[in-house]
Amino acid sequence: MSKLKQALDSGTFALTAEIAPPKGFDFTRQLYLANLLKDKVHAVNVTDFQSASLKASSLGLCIMLKQAGIEPVFQITGRDRSRMAIQGDMLSAAAFGIKNILALTGDHTTVGDCKDSKPVFDLDSVGILKAARMLESGQDCGGNALNGESPEFYLGACVTPEYDPVELQIIKMKKKAMAGAAFFQTQGLYDIESFKRFMDYASKIECKVLAGIIPLKSAGMAKFMNRSVPGIRVPDSLIERLKNSSEPVKEGILIAAEFISKIKEQGICDGAHIMAIGAEENVPLILEAAGL
Amino acid sequence: MIISQKKPDEEILSYLEGAKKVVLVGCGECATVCKTGGEEELENMKAFLASHGIEVVGSIYPQSACNKLLMKKELKALKDVLPECDAVVSLSCGDGTQTIASLIDKCVYPANNTMFLGEVERQGIFTEACRLCSDCVLAYTGGICPITKCAKSLINGPCGGSVDGKCEVNHDNPCAWIEIYNKLNKLGQLDKLEKMYEPKGYKDTAYPRVINLREEKHDE
Repeated sequence: MSKLKQALDSGTFALTAEIAPPKGFDFTRQLYLANLLKDKVHAVNVTDFQSASLKASSLGLCIMLKQAGIEPVFQITGRDRSRMAIQGDMLSAAAFGIKNILALTGDHTTVGDCKDSKPVFDLDSVGILKAARMLESGQDCGGNALNGESPEFYLGACVTPEYDPVELQIIKMKKKAMAGAAFFQTQGLYDIESFKRFMDYASKIECKVLAGIIPLKSAGMAKFMNRSVPGIRVPDSLIERLKNSSEPVKEGILIAAEFISKIKEQGICDGAHIMAIGAEENVPLILEAAGL
Repeated sequence: MIISQKKPDEEILSYLEGAKKVVLVGCGECATVCKTGGEEELENMKAFLASHGIEVVGSIYPQSACNKLLMKKELKALKDVLPECDAVVSLSCGDGTQTIASLIDKCVYPANNTMFLGEVERQGIFTEACRLCSDCVLAYTGGICPITKCAKSLINGPCGGSVDGKCEVNHDNPCAWIEIYNKLNKLGQLDKLEKMYEPKGYKDTAYPRVINLREEKHDE
């Protein structure tokens, strides 16, 4: 059974972090990072050609993590694979005991580093969740029966609380939950009051929510994200804090830790998902600072 | 309407390497509106080729280059010059070019790139409107096509990629799903957004497709 599911179902404040496969086939750093996170988080997400940039595939690193005793969350986007390839990868994942799947639309190929690649999008995130459910019911996408046992997954999806109009985001979140998403990991969050307002809507949907945390490294990074990353809104007060700090990376760690502590203490959601984007070594420091 | 764009001059010239005499074929429909295959463009092409030592020995301006029967008739006007020409240059869309190529034993070269099925916003401005997916969803989306207007052809709502209501792929384009949401909201039909849409099926879009309205008659 998925440890992440166990944690969330039992009401434990769940923690996940995210790592990306390498652009190459040396997984040494990824395994080092995963081992660093091993006893600190319930599961480790492995991104699927994050930012539409070519890397080793998510499934490969998920298998390696699993073999190293670390629970992976297998991220699957609809960008690069047809429904057949997606279900095939899900079955392979099941063969290695991988339970957690996070279904995502995926960034468009034209924003990545292999721009001429064909954008597939045969399935949207809702379709990916349904494809997993179909396998669980013993059928493939063509309605054909699977041989042997049916796989069991713990399905998740993402949501962007700062999306405008938020009603539209909630409608899609509901659909994802109906399609099988039991947990949601959010886009990076910085404004607790705004997140609370989002949770007023989201808490009506039967699912668990892990707040997305992207530790800030500098005021410049915060401004860049406000400008360029969809669904991110870093308040000016935090940008000022980073600007005035002599050690902005440490300040960023503190900001992330404070956010996690608050959502945990106030019971705003069910856990936190840390996306450190290249600074995964800092995840244990954030958790330590958050008293976790 | 089939929206076409003229190919670069050098590309057209590269097809015609060694050719001395050519025939031009325009199109009186879409390519005329797109200013890629009208009478003016035929004249321009003639002058351009002449400036590169290629003589245009004949040209036709059919009402519609993609109508095979019509083209068969129109090509008769070229019966004296076709045998002596080295190539035919088609100033129509890819469909018209293939129609012409299927009717004559000459090299037929495209002068245009066929871009998309779109609408004429105003003169000279064309926007893609339909991906010809054959299973129209417009009834559920307020008349805005998510297959075409959403860069990812999503069918159950938006991705998280829009910034200020603009698409992540092209910031000049509005997010189709925000437009659909606003339209359905205005129409009092937001419930249509709540419905779960199944992934589109592709078995009926295996190409090339044929529609034969005379099939029953044919079978008799």
